[in-house]
Amino acid sequence: MLLLIEQLLNGLQLGFMLFLLSAGLTLVFGVMNLINLAHGSFYMVGAYVAATLMQAGAGFALSLLGALLAAGLCGLLVELVVLRHLYRRDHLDQVLATFGLILFFNEGVRMIWGRQPLFMDTPAWLSQSVRILPGVDYPAYRLAIIVIGALVALSLWGLIRHSRLGMRIRAGASDRQMIAALGVNIRWLYSLVFALGALLAGFAGVMAAPVFAVESGMGESILILTFVVIVIGGIGSVKGALLGALLVGLVDSLGRAYLPGLLQVLIADGSANALAASLSSMSIYLLMALVLALRPRGLFPA
Amino acid sequence: MAISRQQLLLRIGLLVLLAWPWMSQWAGSEYLTTVMSRVLIFAIAAVSLDLIVGYGAMVSFGHAAFVGLGAYVTAISAYHFTESLPLLHGFSGSNALWVNLPLAMAVAALVALLTGLICLRTQGIHFIMITLAFAQMLYYLFVSLDFYGGEDGLVMAGRNELPFVDTADDRQFYYLCLGLLLGYLYLARRLVDSRFGRVLRGARINETRLRALGFNSYGYRLVAYVIAATGGAMAGVLLANQTEFVDPGLFSWQLSGELLVMVILGGLGSLYGAVIGAIVFLMLEQWLSAWTEHWMFFLGPFLILVVVRARHGLLGLLSARSEA
Repeated sequence: MLLLIEQLLNGLQLGFMLFLLSAGLTLVFGVMNLINLAHGSFYMVGAYVAATLMQAGAGFALSLLGALLAAGLCGLLVELVVLRHLYRRDHLDQVLATFGLILFFNEGVRMIWGRQPLFMDTPAWLSQSVRILPGVDYPAYRLAIIVIGALVALSLWGLIRHSRLGMRIRAGASDRQMIAALGVNIRWLYSLVFALGALLAGFAGVMAAPVFAVESGMGESILILTFVVIVIGGIGSVKGALLGALLVGLVDSLGRAYLPGLLQVLIADGSANALAASLSSMSIYLLMALVLALRPRGLFPA
Repeated sequence: MAISRQQLLLRIGLLVLLAWPWMSQWAGSEYLTTVMSRVLIFAIAAVSLDLIVGYGAMVSFGHAAFVGLGAYVTAISAYHFTESLPLLHGFSGSNALWVNLPLAMAVAALVALLTGLICLRTQGIHFIMITLAFAQMLYYLFVSLDFYGGEDGLVMAGRNELPFVDTADDRQFYYLCLGLLLGYLYLARRLVDSRFGRVLRGARINETRLRALGFNSYGYRLVAYVIAATGGAMAGVLLANQTEFVDPGLFSWQLSGELLVMVILGGLGSLYGAVIGAIVFLMLEQWLSAWTEHWMFFLGPFLILVVVRARHGLLGLLSARSEA
């Protein structure tokens, strides 16, 4: 039971981190119809800048701010210089160009910070454990990720549903020409949405930095998970991204925790462990294949 | 002259490929032959991917799965043969290429048939993602196969054998790869020009109309998907033989991505474009990495430039000039 609670929390933590990444990706796809493979690069930039500032002794709040700024600026620049030319192009062209961006960013990071991974300490006031239930201790930092993730999800929902900007974003997604005709500067709207997505990805990078190693290429392993999330949720839907992210996070964590034990009951010999390891890595892809087989356009088709 | 500029360039290219081992000997580095064999192998995989991406609009982000399957079938079959371990009842592996190649292609075809039944229910970006999902599943499956080396992969005792051809000789192996590439190109060309190919292209352009004409586009797509998988498997068999080593990295999404990049770079839906893309991508990688450690920093912007400037890939760039 205690293990279950802990694993549920782990699942939520991974889920909210994935949500920060997938919200931007799904908005960019939904509003601009753009496939961006380089979304993980902003996550990487966020993690690197935060880790560097922390090591320089800037304190957590300042590091977070710097990382968000850096990721957002990177996003804005990439949109202005490269992606702006690709909105009307075929998805395949976008795949090729953003693949080029991945190579550029990964190698650029290696040139600046070297090949050795960086490590970031959790801020002192978040480095203890919190007793959430009698007998259950959970690291405060991971708990903070869950809380912040939930807050961001809530404010994003508020932004999109209840603000003027959100109204324009939704209008831009459904009819680009109409909203331009109504006098909204669609180019700046696109740049803004893209930078917002990059900023959220950078945020996820900061959250992830103390948990995972900060290294070149860290964006791609999580990018694949992010794509899984937005495909399960239904592309373009922020609600779907939230549900998909939590689903993927929970399936992944619970699969890793319980499949080995489960399989040992079913299979007596030693192959159970290896099989369980691969099955739990596979579990989210199985989930995605299952969802797509039953609902070819995801859970919440936009 | 009766032939177009594109055809002229393709013929010159063919001559260069035929003379390549002599040219590299003349240049004093036999290593170049090995490099080009690898390029040709990837070209086979890229051509097979172009069959479905360029003609059927099925953007597979999991084509490496079939490359990996082909490689592993070969390596496992050869492993059982050298260790004399029974593999399936009555069959204890083989070290003959003429056994392993068809076997690998058949296994890939079977897997493609089963996964294709599900994948082809989806379209567009969902198809991209579901093919990726199946490739990732196979990746983790082979990581977990401890008996065949798991994550570390499996080393082969040597290359598969073939009557009349010394596969261990790099130059003969090069011509084997070139021969298989040209053979596959010829068959693929015949296929896309046939009635089958026309239906496939028709389904890409206007599926509703094609269905109204009474064609079962799902079935046509599925067959094309299976045929492409056999091409990927062929490349996998050759790759395993060239390096005498297989590992789960062959299933990785990075490899699938690189194959897609080769196809788009060269120019979609032309088959020759895929070959050009493979040559340019891998040679550029080779050349830049010899020149600077940070070659990716330059390859990335180059790819972006190709997308923004050359609308139909490099082949399109070459052919467009002839019309001007």
